[in-house]
Amino acid sequence: MLRIIRFFVGGLIVSLFSAFGEALRPKSFAGLFGTAPSVALATLGLTIVADGKMFAAKEARSMIAGALAFLSNAWATIWLIMKHKWHAGVASSCTLIVRMIFAVAAWAVLR
Amino acid sequence: MHAYRTDDFCGRGLGRTAIDTMRISADFSALKHGNWYEFALRFLFGGAITAITGLLAKHYGPAFGGLFLAFPAIFPASDTLVEKREREKKQRAGTLHTIRGRQSAAVDAHGAAIGSLGLIVFACVVWRFLEKWGDPLTLFVALLVRLGVSILIWRLRRHRVFARIT
Repeated sequence: MLRIIRFFVGGLIVSLFSAFGEALRPKSFAGLFGTAPSVALATLGLTIVADGKMFAAKEARSMIAGALAFLSNAWATIWLIMKHKWHAGVASSCTLIVRMIFAVAAWAVLR
Repeated sequence: MHAYRTDDFCGRGLGRTAIDTMRISADFSALKHGNWYEFALRFLFGGAITAITGLLAKHYGPAFGGLFLAFPAIFPASDTLVEKREREKKQRAGTLHTIRGRQSAAVDAHGAAIGSLGLIVFACVVWRFLEKWGDPLTLFVALLVRLGVSILIWRLRRHRVFARIT
């Protein structure tokens, strides 16, 4: 049941932030809302209820590494689009691999 | 939501685009141009990532699950959409070969890079204060601080303080 609640709450929060970001101009400012902590808000809120504050605080600590990984993801995307003329969809999808490598390396250090 | 004028300098390598010196504004009529499946996809992606993050945290512990809290659930989809819409807009105006779509996608990614710095601050606030302050207050304060820091960095780019970093 909690999984279904997570799915709906997560979907709703991500959709709301993304719709708000889409309405904003200029685009670089709207991009700030594309990275709103929508997954984090949904997950942390429900984790606090289900597993307690300490569990959620540990997740938040790892989120710092996750956010750094996202930064590398965004940088790599800009580089591929502007320097190598890749299409945005291909560039941003492929750089998810960069993100995952960065995140797993960070996890190996943090655990 | 007209707040102030700003130079929308796009950072090293991106150059100045046609959207220089624009105001921050919110135009909710833009949402009408979106297709229903775009909204449905975002809902599905967001829901799936949130559910998977919960599962990973349960099975592999909070240190691993937490890595996915800053997962770019809609970044590839929104970046693709920005490029497509800008390219189509230019093509409707008669310009068949344009780099405007790519430039716009890069600007959007640039905003995402700044937003990810805000995410780091959000995570720090939650990590340090969740046990002291309680959950609703901490999440609310973290959200506000994240927004404030992101906007501050975005504004500072105007003075090129962070142009070399972001």
